[in-house]
Amino acid sequence: MSVRRFSPYLAALASALLLGSAGPAGAGESITLGAAVSETGKYSTNGKHTRNGYNLAIKRINEMGGINVGGKSYQLKIIYYDDESTPARGAQLAERLIKQDGIKYMLGPYSSGLTKAIAPVTEKYGIPMVEGNGASRSLFNKGYKYLFAVLSTSEQYLAEAVNLAAENAGKLGKSASDITVALAMENDPFSQDIRAGVLDDAKRHGMKVVIDDKLPKDLSDMAATLTKVKALKPDLLIVSGHSKGAALAQRQSSDMKVDVPMLAMTHCEAAKVQDKFPGTSDYTLCATQWASTMSYSDKWFGSASDYANTFRAEYEGYTVVPYQAAESTASVLVWADAFERAGSLDTDALRDALAATEMQTFYGNIKFAPTGQNVAKPMALRQIIGGKYKVVAPSKWAEIPVVFPKPTWAER
Amino acid sequence: MKVILRYTLIAIAALAAPLLFPEYQIQLAWLWLMVVFALTWDAVGGQMGYNSFGNVFYFGLGMYVTAVVQRDLYYDFEEYETLAGSLDTLPPADYLTGMSLGLAASAVCAVLCAIVLGSGILRLRGHYFAICTLGLGIAAGEIAAGIDYIGAGSGLVTPVFPDGLGEKGLFFCYLLLALAAVTFLVLRWLYTSRFGLAINAIRDDEDKAEAMGLHTTRYKTIAWCVSGFFLAIAGGIMGDLIGFIDPVDTAFAGATFGVWMVLMAILGGKGTLWGPVIGATIFHVTQEIFWTFLFGWQRVALGALIVIIVVFFPQGVMGFARARWPDRFGHRVESVADEGATQ
Amino acid sequence: MDNLQILLDAPIFSVQLLIDGLLVGAIFALVAYGMALVWGVMNIINICQGEYVMLGGFITYLLFSWGISPFVGIPVAFVVLYLVGWLTYRVVICRVVEQDLFISILATFGISILLQQLMNQLFTADVQTAEAGLGTAFLFNNMVTVPWVKVVGFVLALSVGVVLVLFMGRSRMGQAIRATAQNARAARIMGIDTDRVYAVTYSINAAICGAAGALVVMTWVVQAFQGLAYTVRSFMIVVVAGIGNLPGVVVAGLGLGAAESYAGFLLGAEFQTAFIFSLLVVILLWRNYRLRAQRKVLR
Repeated sequence: MSVRRFSPYLAALASALLLGSAGPAGAGESITLGAAVSETGKYSTNGKHTRNGYNLAIKRINEMGGINVGGKSYQLKIIYYDDESTPARGAQLAERLIKQDGIKYMLGPYSSGLTKAIAPVTEKYGIPMVEGNGASRSLFNKGYKYLFAVLSTSEQYLAEAVNLAAENAGKLGKSASDITVALAMENDPFSQDIRAGVLDDAKRHGMKVVIDDKLPKDLSDMAATLTKVKALKPDLLIVSGHSKGAALAQRQSSDMKVDVPMLAMTHCEAAKVQDKFPGTSDYTLCATQWASTMSYSDKWFGSASDYANTFRAEYEGYTVVPYQAAESTASVLVWADAFERAGSLDTDALRDALAATEMQTFYGNIKFAPTGQNVAKPMALRQIIGGKYKVVAPSKWAEIPVVFPKPTWAER
Repeated sequence: MKVILRYTLIAIAALAAPLLFPEYQIQLAWLWLMVVFALTWDAVGGQMGYNSFGNVFYFGLGMYVTAVVQRDLYYDFEEYETLAGSLDTLPPADYLTGMSLGLAASAVCAVLCAIVLGSGILRLRGHYFAICTLGLGIAAGEIAAGIDYIGAGSGLVTPVFPDGLGEKGLFFCYLLLALAAVTFLVLRWLYTSRFGLAINAIRDDEDKAEAMGLHTTRYKTIAWCVSGFFLAIAGGIMGDLIGFIDPVDTAFAGATFGVWMVLMAILGGKGTLWGPVIGATIFHVTQEIFWTFLFGWQRVALGALIVIIVVFFPQGVMGFARARWPDRFGHRVESVADEGATQ
Repeated sequence: MDNLQILLDAPIFSVQLLIDGLLVGAIFALVAYGMALVWGVMNIINICQGEYVMLGGFITYLLFSWGISPFVGIPVAFVVLYLVGWLTYRVVICRVVEQDLFISILATFGISILLQQLMNQLFTADVQTAEAGLGTAFLFNNMVTVPWVKVVGFVLALSVGVVLVLFMGRSRMGQAIRATAQNARAARIMGIDTDRVYAVTYSINAAICGAAGALVVMTWVVQAFQGLAYTVRSFMIVVVAGIGNLPGVVVAGLGLGAAESYAGFLLGAEFQTAFIFSLLVVILLWRNYRLRAQRKVLR
């Protein structure tokens, strides 16, 4: 038999092998959720936080006897795939979870880009997805009916920082409209959306944007942007570039002694800047979806600080619980709540139950707008003081007033 | 006769597969994409000996051109990009029109780019060519990430697949199957023609081929155009299948697709007709199995696999079989080549 | 061109950019020298170059997290990477060294994926740093700041370069390496154990990268997926400088660092990477054009 003749049969055989290898997930007395989360690639740090958050919720719910759907008790479990931090793979895996593994209930991936790739798939098959890590506004204007996000959308991330700068402009002897803003945002959906939000806010206050750099995804050096910052002396430097951007900005701005009255970033906790740069990371402002000092609570974890303690006891190496984990846990809690209220395993009934969600979790209040984003929870802004995160805004949660302008490097 | 029977059987199997195993439709669609990847790479890298790391450039180009044509035909740019309100799904007829026009445009763009770029880059030889194409692929991704008109780093969402065209998986599975089949047949025909002999001569010794009076640059450019043509169409289709275009991770994904196409061709046996097809199949299946059973370690396994393939099987499955069983396979393979040459 | 205006108005920032660029370039040059060595002697383009840098960074980070000064990391990374290089040569590289160049590109690419993912699994994908605690130098009335660690990196990069030149010129092994580079077959006939020469060359390259990685983690950050940036830059430097041209590698490395620094400033950070890769394409085409003009074919 020639190779030519043989090869198609080989192909058929190989496909058959694949068929046998991944059967549909067993139902039994458990409900299986599906998720494609980054285990490798550039988002794998935050992918790990996400997975830890999901797993902690599953563990807690199962310890408490599982969830009660229509009088019957179910245990929860999750099938994970690794999306390798690339959207193409994410979309492919979503198809795979739904079509091959028969998943009917999805949890979100990490990052807006991945969520953008997966949402059209879940929408197409009418599979509800609750996600806690895709904050881009563009996710919530496509009319998706099966997408629910427990987090605040990204334009709100650093709005408080811009507001604080405006309120405190007097301390620099300026009016709000004289404040100048420098932006260094990674060139990805999430950070670009934050940029759009900051631009809107700056415009509202009449502030002038003097630097608007998009950091490349394989960022390894920010010196050029920071030199520009030194040249133009903006009052407010805003950086967003996931964990790597946060670590680099923190390190290089102190190495190069870049003095700005306010440095605001995302992903400080995820990058653990307070541990890596003790001292030099002080006075940095960090946007957070959640803080353990907030006064929310729920029946599963108790208060926000109880959650933080449980989380730290369960997973090593965390001094501050990253909000990426908290919002992932909250996503699972939303599912649990929806299952119990729907009293059914039917996806459409569950979709309606999800849409009607109105609950408090340790993570915050959750109520979805018709387009799917959570509208019941504000963002918070924390400042690192003495290596600790202190909430400075919104005023309801504020532990201390913001230190603005931050001391110059010469004074420290 | 035997050839026709063989191809008919394969066609029947390929057509029936997505119907028999509906849950694997998307997997099969990706499989056909991998076949297109491997075949088009092999046309330049295997048959002509120009090892390119930048063929993914045409894939990304096609993806963007198709998506932009689809968007601009039926949507207002501002409305699509400024995140205001929700967009309606297109009617099926409009979707198909947009898609076909987009694919046509992307094929044309790819051929034009291949002519322009080829005139410079194809003059390079050996590893300078390889690295130059690598640079081309990465630079294209980074430049695309800086252009706001195509969504910059935020990426571009392609129109939603409308209801009324049947199942999405089935549609794309057959579309990509058709593309893979056409690519295969066109390349098969090209390899049996004078053109095939010319590019093989270039691979074996370009200077001699030129001395013999071959217009080597012309042949090289044509081969690159053919490769780019099919890759651009594949890119356009994949853009709609995936639904979201990220400049670096989906469109100009040199580190994944760009390298996979080389690996698949080498795995199957470069410079053979069936090699890339076999290589793509084995690679895709292996990869999916890794992903299922080696969660988190799949790329470690992939790296090890690459090393093993190139160190121990640099001639691929076809070459290995030929060397291992020269009596049983070698003769047949030789005769296949002869048969091809005389057709 | 608002950014250009800034430079014209305040030329002092040009100094800052230049210094930053040159200091970065020194580390690129160090990595590139290793690549030039392997390329020249073994005819292998080592794609996992950047991964060795990354490994060196992680080793230093590990020492730092145990409370050991990151400066100790430089020699430790050098030695450990020498062993890693030796192992890699014995397991994989020795099987591809005499083969087609393309095979070795793919094989080292496979190793690079393997190392990346292995580090990702072992150290997680967290961004890691090691603080040398040297502080910052202020020049020109605080307008220009130079972190001391970058200066140390610069000096070390140059001194490693000098040591290598001496090693190549003076030592017995260095002579054997040069002989093998000139003509491996002839060297073998003359009684040189080329296999051993290859192993040493490859290991030295890995070791240099390890030392460079230690400098990288002290200056910036190290992460499992950052290797390719160093590989591509060192490749560019070698192509521009020419194989076996050490002063050329140093000059090209410094030049690339400076060019990148200016590009990031003038074009905006989003086009910094695009600029580098476009530059690569242009350099190759220009080089080919020039060689054609001299009626030489680039192989």
